Amino acid sequence: MSARIGVVTFPGSLDDQDAARAVRIAGAQAVSLWHGDADLKGVDAVVLPGGFSYGDYLRCGAIARFAPVMQNVIDAARGGLPVLGICNGFQVLCESHLLPGALIRNDVRKFVCRDQLLRVETANTAWTSDFADGQEILIPLKNGEGGFVADQRTLDQLEGEGRVVFRYLHDNPNGSYRDIAGITNDRGNVVGLMPHPEHAVETLTGPSLDGLGFFSSVISQLVDA
Amino acid sequence: MAPIDSSHIPPIEQPEKPVARVVVDVMLKPEILDPQGQAVLGALTRLGHSDIVSVRQGKRFEILVDAAPDAAALDQIASTLLANTVIEDYTIHVEEQ
Repeated sequence: MSARIGVVTFPGSLDDQDAARAVRIAGAQAVSLWHGDADLKGVDAVVLPGGFSYGDYLRCGAIARFAPVMQNVIDAARGGLPVLGICNGFQVLCESHLLPGALIRNDVRKFVCRDQLLRVETANTAWTSDFADGQEILIPLKNGEGGFVADQRTLDQLEGEGRVVFRYLHDNPNGSYRDIAGITNDRGNVVGLMPHPEHAVETLTGPSLDGLGFFSSVISQLVDA
Repeated sequence: MAPIDSSHIPPIEQPEKPVARVVVDVMLKPEILDPQGQAVLGALTRLGHSDIVSVRQGKRFEILVDAAPDAAALDQIASTLLANTVIEDYTIHVEEQ
């Protein structure tokens, strides 16, 4: 039986359909989850997709954090459920305190949309196990508030515990501290990043197939489990 | 025209006046970059206000409470929803009506 991966739709989510499609292309079953239903439908993993949940009102992800579905996601993530937050999903994970730090407006004061080279700093997470440490991947980036910030102690802790998962290469697009593009929690089951792996799963529409590795990683771990 | 008989219409209930007005101010912490403030500063400089050296942009929430304000509840609201204490500081002012 194939793995069942839930994709949450909030009001204002944009990339939920692309995320679901990436899940299917990677060989798993995509399960739609609705922000207003406190029901994870027994999924094996959850993707919080990109977009502008609740119009980015208040702060990006701040209102989505309190959506009915999120309490279940937060509880399940603390229990080890693999959760991937992409772009707005990363912002929701930080607002939920499942991941440390916060995302602020790009230092360049512009929305940045381009294909972005990243270095995978650790394959020791639920969503990167199919990559090699140090592997370079090319996936789309598109955000206006993608600057990752945290205090020095938190940044040192992330680095020291091997929890910086992705770093921007060559040109930091948004002022993220220490070029951090994505991080994980201490168990490695929750990963958040600003760039969009779900847009790099087909040659027709993406700059590479590097995004598939995120989904194949979690699928192979679910099959092994 | 016959006079209107309004005896069957119940009087309009006057909503009780809120007993407190709470103002919550939220500002980015000083060490966090504020690109919006920088953009405003840039515009002011272009307008000739060369004496203005810094602009920081924040948020102000005006809240009416229909009960005696509960300081602990207000702090909870401010620290969990209105502000992200990872990057923002907040102050709460309660104005009795």
